[in-house]
Parts: sequence; structure tokens; C-alpha cells
Amino acid sequence: MQSNRRLFLKAMTAAGGGLLLQIAIPGARARDAAPATGWEANAVVRIAADGKVHMTMPYVEMGQGTYTSIPMLIAEELEVDLKDVVLEHAGADDKRYINPALGFQVTGGSTTMRAAWLPMRQAGAAARMLLVQAAAQQWQVDAASCRAEHGAVIHTPTQRKLRYGALVDSAAKLPLPAAEAIVLKQPKDFRLIGKAARRLDTPGKLDGSAQYGIDVQLPGMKVAALAITPVFGGRLAGLDEAAALKVPGVRQVVRLDDCAAVIADHYGAAQKGLSLLALRWDDGPNAKLSSADIVADMARASQAGSAKVRADGKPEQAFAAAARVIEATYELPFLAHAPMEPMNCTVHVQSDRCDVWTGTQVMTRARAVAAQVTGLPEEKVTVHNFLLGGGFGRRLEIDGVERAVRIAREVKGPVKVIYSREEDIQHDMYRPYFYDRVRAGLDEHGAPVAWSHHLTGSSVLGRFLPPAFNNGFDPETVDGADAPPYAFPSIKVDYTRHEPPQIPTAFWRGVGPSHNIFVVESFIDELAAAANADPLAYRLALLKHNPRAEHVLKLAAEKANWQGPRNGAMGRGLSVQFAFGTYMAMVVDAHLVDGEVRVERVVCALDCGVPINPDTIRAQVESAVIFGISGALWGDITFKNGRVEQSNFHDYRVLRMHETPRIETHIVASNEAPGGMGEPGTAALMPALANAIYAHTGKRIRKLPIATALQSA
Amino acid sequence: MISLHINGKTKQVEAAPDTPLLWVLRDELHMSGTKFGCGMALCGACTVHVDGQPARACVLPVSAAVGRKIVTIEAIGDTPVGKRVQQAWAEIDVPQCGYCQSGQIMAASALLKAIPKPSDKDIDQAMSGNICRCGTYPRIRAAIHKAAGNGGKA
Amino acid sequence: MRRRLMLALALIGGAAAAAQGDPALFDPVASVVMTPRCVNCHQAEAPRQKDIGVIHAQQVVRGKDGHGSAVLQCAACHQAVNTAQGKVPGAPNWHLAPLSMRWQGLDKKGVCEQMRDPKRNGNRKGGEAVIEHMKTDPLVLWAWNPGANRTQPPMSHEDFVKVLQQWADAGMPCPQ
Repeated sequence: MQSNRRLFLKAMTAAGGGLLLQIAIPGARARDAAPATGWEANAVVRIAADGKVHMTMPYVEMGQGTYTSIPMLIAEELEVDLKDVVLEHAGADDKRYINPALGFQVTGGSTTMRAAWLPMRQAGAAARMLLVQAAAQQWQVDAASCRAEHGAVIHTPTQRKLRYGALVDSAAKLPLPAAEAIVLKQPKDFRLIGKAARRLDTPGKLDGSAQYGIDVQLPGMKVAALAITPVFGGRLAGLDEAAALKVPGVRQVVRLDDCAAVIADHYGAAQKGLSLLALRWDDGPNAKLSSADIVADMARASQAGSAKVRADGKPEQAFAAAARVIEATYELPFLAHAPMEPMNCTVHVQSDRCDVWTGTQVMTRARAVAAQVTGLPEEKVTVHNFLLGGGFGRRLEIDGVERAVRIAREVKGPVKVIYSREEDIQHDMYRPYFYDRVRAGLDEHGAPVAWSHHLTGSSVLGRFLPPAFNNGFDPETVDGADAPPYAFPSIKVDYTRHEPPQIPTAFWRGVGPSHNIFVVESFIDELAAAANADPLAYRLALLKHNPRAEHVLKLAAEKANWQGPRNGAMGRGLSVQFAFGTYMAMVVDAHLVDGEVRVERVVCALDCGVPINPDTIRAQVESAVIFGISGALWGDITFKNGRVEQSNFHDYRVLRMHETPRIETHIVASNEAPGGMGEPGTAALMPALANAIYAHTGKRIRKLPIATALQSA
Repeated sequence: MISLHINGKTKQVEAAPDTPLLWVLRDELHMSGTKFGCGMALCGACTVHVDGQPARACVLPVSAAVGRKIVTIEAIGDTPVGKRVQQAWAEIDVPQCGYCQSGQIMAASALLKAIPKPSDKDIDQAMSGNICRCGTYPRIRAAIHKAAGNGGKA
Repeated sequence: MRRRLMLALALIGGAAAAAQGDPALFDPVASVVMTPRCVNCHQAEAPRQKDIGVIHAQQVVRGKDGHGSAVLQCAACHQAVNTAQGKVPGAPNWHLAPLSMRWQGLDKKGVCEQMRDPKRNGNRKGGEAVIEHMKTDPLVLWAWNPGANRTQPPMSHEDFVKVLQQWADAGMPCPQ
């Protein structure tokens, strides 16, 4: 075995034969530093004797297409066809390969392609070079006279051919090429990258065979329905189990400090038993909590002090000198994730081991919390991963794992804990509420000379990764506010951290940009209106220094045939942003039909650097737009008497087929480093839609959701 | 014991008569293709066919399924319409996370059997009961038109 | 004498005859039939939901015969009993009232006149036939067992039948 630290790549003979590559893909953000010595692989590629390329990686597939796009990177440089790639879920039980310690391993933040872009390509190229060298040695020819194509090495002068499968064992014994010797393909030579590729995970999703966490089947497994304290911070005060235990199929009732679970042979019996428990709760300190209380508290906190995120261009002087100052307060609500697969976790606690089966974006955290609850060392805990029935940030959290392990400790044998949709919504971890004060100073022509954005809300990253919280803020919470794409002569951004009382907050698709860009793009629209300017022209005038942002905005406007903020009787709204490494602009057409907002068309122009799988890119735009419309129109988690008022899809409304607009995506051709695509569309859509509603109704939406704002109009 | 006719075979199940069919399928018969999404017939993830009509297994008591012909996602591909639907879904790469797609495919198959060349309005009225949080609606619509032989457009 | 005349008229034919009797007798009937539990399904093109009467979610429509569109039938979700702990209402043969029996947009007077008109009340000739529907139809009875926290009519079903009888005995008089 040899390793090349600068590449974070190791090559060796696989147990059972074949060429094994261990790759370390860096953590979530570019600013994560790689350690100087000692690293652990988090991705494995094994080329077997039959020529199949087995890929195991910790990046999970939750719909965003990683299971296809990541293999494309390796297959491109390795010169194999995608059909020869076999995917396996990363198995944390296979600790020899997956024991990540390189920063923090996670799928999220629209970071996967950005992080994997170079390492996976280098791995593919290095393996190709080893295989070519192995063939050249066998033929006793110069490696330069050989080429790799479709899973084989060919000696060009004689057309002799050896399939990879025949070469893997000898290739594994060769030394890895030095980092500088690995030459990656030029974009003009790409065979796979840049072309729409069929997804590798599709077939199983068409016939019911694809396995999600909720589908796991184990011998002797029981199923649990649970009720969690309705008020965050409350406790279980009592229950009567007699009636529940009489339900056929019910085996056991488990009481924990904050929840009760009915264990049964099947979920129907468990649910029935749960409904008969006569649960009594001690609601605790939040018993009377209401949304109004929370917001009032935030407003107070926002007056009490803040941390400076940035102050450039002497903002206070600029404000003082401005011809006009415009101010606004924006409020963004708590939002639930509501993935189609409700939260669930199956656990088997034994004296000497613990197994966890669940779909998760954070396998190592799941393992760590199971170890912590059981008291077992981490090597004795195995996490089995699955496809995720929607993540959106929810499955970055291990609260469900923690609770399931605590329940499973009381149960003999494996138990599958399934959250009802009601529990899933009422015990979600929410996109936090944000209370933002924005101010702009305009000159006599209406152009901005000063910009101030003070945001107040929860710091999710501060809880999720405390070392990232410094000097009173963290980079994710202020993302989208700290660096608007516009040329403001002076800019001031401040943050007040406010944590709602025991209400858990988490990352939600679009994270910081999901609320910050709503504020920025709505307020810039207000400034354009104050200046009696066309919203497009107003923005373009501020983007001359930012050619990629300028380009996508112009492209979106051109494709939508922008003639101003109206399209016939419909309103048109715009947004432009740089987020997740991607430039994106949207034009949204919307109007009211029978008193309800109807979005008719969304035109999106984006520059995500080199587009790896254009079909996935389009799919993610469609996905993020539709997710964003649901959030913007109706998304609202409210509290009354400490309880979340929403519970299922009848009162937490989401977009359906008949209300879905036409969505058109235009991708800028580029060779720049790839940007993320899972999230930007959600952040871009919401303000563009609100701006369209303003154009249609004259009502400026400063407090989401839109449907509620229009009712109070 | 209750006798059910599922995907052309007779199965004996022990579940109590008021047990929703969904849990009989998933937990007793270990057929995990039919999904749990909401438990109150709002999302369509649990859609099966009962005598050819879509029904929501999360609220259908197993007693009401006795004597009726039940078809699930696991067998829909054995029907000509179901197979065409799956092919169209594959050609357009409809699924993202895929969790809702069993229900979507069951609803779409029933639609195309009843209305071989559906209009967009027919599609709205057949498919708006099925929620997708990943936003695959535009592709579902295109795939239905494709399976109907309209080349992906109405 | 007047009573015998009215009875004779009622025997002759019902709707065509001008109903004598106090129109206020319809008020208690209206207090039941015009509640959301009844009005929500006596609609034209689509049922309504909740006390605020929003259009039924999921693009549920009347379809050809009041049982839903081609493949989204009422029975896809609505069973013979309430399910999902009462959250999904159910009664045998759940479906919309026939189009001829729609009350959408009608006021008390309109509903009353419709209820006694055989052309618009399901071909029920005379008060007894109308009462029979209200007494026995499972969908009507459902209103008194609607599940979850749905509001019920303001009187018991037994009392409702009584006020119907009083109204019918008076010749089914309607507000002016």
C-alpha cells in the first residue's frame, strides 16, 4: 500500500482481489483545513476482476442526484461507462474504509460537487494511469503508446486490448503517480461531464424496490408509534397502559421523560394503542408560549445589542449624507421541512453492540449519539444508511436517532420507531424565525449610497458546530446578507443572536440565503420603487462590477422578455443572487385567481460553473422552485399555548400538481469551478415571487407567508 | 384470518379487521413499496388499486379490501399501462428522492387506463392528490403525456 | 275546514300548491341544513371542507356522477366510517348530492323552495319522502357523527326529525 498525502488518495489491493482506491473528500466548506498528517478515507472505489467499478461514498442520495453526478466524475477520468458503476451505501459497519476524521463529514449545504470535484477526478485519473501502466508492463511497451477507453487499455499501434478486470491486481501493486503527474482532462475532451446522464438510482424508485430507512425489515422486529411532549420543554406526567396493551399486536408501552411509545407487531396496532394511552403532560415553562411572545422577544433583543458582521465605506456618514433614507422591518417565519418520508429510526440495542438503521445526512453523528446513549464505544455501533425520502436539512439532525435509541434500550430485539406526520411536523427542528431591520440611504437620483442590514434570529451553525461561531456570529446565519452582489458604496451588516425558548432550529433548504436573500431582494425592489425605476435596470446599474451576476440577470430577463414588472395582467418579479457558489437570477409571473396566488411561470438563468450533469441541474431548479413556492405562499409554523398549531398537509399546505408553474431553466456555459445546485433555487424564488405579488397587487410583502400577508391586506 | 387478493395471489393475514391495509402490506406482508406519508389520505403515497380504482391504503380498513382485487406498485409493471408508465418515468428521469413515486405511478397508471390520452386538466384532476416535496410535478406531467403517446407534451 | 283544505292540497301535489302555514317553521330546519356539514356536499362542481367552506383540497371535483373524477373518486379516501381517528370523514357511499340538489349560493328561502320541489329534491314528492331522506340516509346521519372536532348541527337528530315533521305537517311553508 502506498499513499500520496497531497492527493489524499491511497491505492491498494482490495480484500478479495481488485484495485481499491481510498479517497478523502474534504469537509463541508472550503475553509475547512485538511490535517497535515493522518487522514481517513470517506470514499472508496473498488475495481473488481469483472471490470465493475464499485463506489461507496458517504454522500447520501436524497434526490439531489449525487449518486449519479459523483460517479460521473470518477467515470470520466477513469474512462469507464456509467453503466459499469455499481453504487453501495456507505456502511459505517465497514469501519476499515469509512472512519472519516477529515473535518466533519456531511451531505448538505450544496457542497458535494464542489468538494468532490477535484478529489474524485484525481482518483479516477490516478487509477487510470495505474491500469495503463499495468497493461504497458504486461505488453512490455511504453505506457505513452497506450490509451484507456470504455473500461479497457488499448495498445494503439497493435490494437491489443486488455480489460480493466484483468489488470486490477497488478495495478494495485504499482506506486501511485505523484500529484503533479496526474493530468485531468480538458473540458473539451469531456465525454460524460456536461452531458445529461440517466440517474443510476431511478430503476428501484419505479417499482417499489428502493429501500428507505422506513422500509427496513429485520427478523423479530417490532414497530413503535410515539407521542412526544406537545410543548417543547415539557415532560410526560403519566399514562394508563391497560387499554393499549389489550389491542391485538401491542406488546409493550415504553415511558421516557419526554415521550411515550407503544411497541407492537405492526404500526396500525401501535397507533391504535397510542390513542388509548390517556397521556398526561406537564407542559413545563413554555406552556403559555405564543408566536406573538416569541416575536416580541426578538424585537426587544434586536434593540438590545448586536455583533458587527461588517462595516465598510463609513456607513453612518453615508446615511447622514443621504438625500433620503428608507427603512423596513422584515419577518420570516419558522418553517417545517415535511419530507415525504416521515422521520424514522430502527435500533437494536444489545449488550455488546448497537445497530442503527436510518436514512441520514450525518452518519458519523448518528453513530456518535447512539454510542453516547448506550454507553458503548463507537466501534461497537453500526449505522446502516439508506436512500432518504427527502432531506432538505431535516436529516442533518440526529434527534430522532437519539430518541429511538433511548426507546430501543427498553425493548428486546430491534424496534422501528416511526414518527407520524403529526409528530414529524410538531417535532421538527425549524428554519428559524428571522426579524430583520433594513435601511438604505439614497442619493438624489435614488441610487443607494448606504445599506444596513441587521438580522436577529437563531444561530443554527452555532449549535451544530460551535467552533464556527466567532465574534458574535457564524458564517452560515449571515450568508446572503454579508455580501450582496451589488456595488453599495457603504454597507453595514449586524447580527443579534436570539434563540427561541427551547424551540429547536435547524438548517432548511437554502439556509442563510433562504431568509437573507428574501430580505435583500425584496428591499432592493423597494428601493427601485422609491426611485421610480424599473426593477431590472435598477439592479443592473449596481452589477457592473459583477459580470457573472450581471450576465445571469440579463439572460433571465431576455428569456422572459422583460418589459417591466408586468406581464399582461400578471405581476412580474425579479431576483438575482450569488449563493452556494452559483449565480442565479429568476423572473416570476404570478397573479391572484379566486383570491389565491397562482404562479404561472418561472424563468431561471444560472451560472454554476462547469455544469456536471445538466439534467440534474434542471431537476434541482424545478425542485427548489416548487419547494420555495410552498414555503413562500403558506409556510408558517406558529405556536399557541406552547403547541405547534400545524400538524399535517391540511394545515401545513404544500404545492400540488395543478398549481405548479411552467419552469424554464437556462444554464450558462462555463469552465469555472462548479457551484452547488441543491439550494440556490429556493432562496432565489421567494423574493422574486413576492416582488411579482407587489407588482400585481401593490402590496409589499414584508412578513411571510404571502397568503397570510394578503389576507390581512 | 383474513383472505386478501393481492397482485394476483391470495394471501392470508392475521391483522385485526380495522387495521389499515397499508400496515398489513408493509408490516405483515413485508411489501414496502407502498409508502406511509401522512396517515390521513392527504398525500397519496399509499395509493394502491382496488378493483382498478386508486385507493388510499392508509385509511382503507383491511376488512373493506376483502373480496376485491388489490394491485400494488410491486406488480403494476406487469400490466401494459403500468409498464409504459415506468418506461416513460425512466426516460425522463422523473424521480428525485423517489419516496412519493410509488403513489404517483399508481395514480398515473389508473389515469392512463381510464383516459388513454389525458388532457392537462385530466392530469390535474387525477394527480393533484399526490404530493411530491422534491418538485417532480413538471416531469410527471411530461411522462404521462409521453406514456400516452403524445411525445411529452399535451 | 281550512286544515282539511290544506291536507287535500298536500295530497294533491305538494310543490305546486302554495304552502300555507308559518314560514318560521322552516327556521329550525334551516339551522341544521344550512350548516357546513350539509352545505359542503350540496355543491355544484366541487365539495367544500371545514366550517369556513373552502374548496376541497387535492382538486377533488364532482366528476360525471358526483363520485369524483375518473381516478380520484370519493371512495379513494372516504370509507364507510370515519377513519384516521376521525380526521377523514366517512359514511357509506360517500359522494356529492346530485347536481339537481345543489344549494350552493342559495339563501334560506332558496334552500326551502328547493327542498320541497321534486324536480330539485331527488324526486321526493311530499313531506314524508323528504323526512325519510333526512331520517335514514347515512350521509345525513353522518353530520351527527362527523369525527375529529367538527361542529355538529345545533340540535339532536331526533329533534331535527321533529321540526321537520312540524314543517312538513304545515305544508312545507317557505320564507318570503
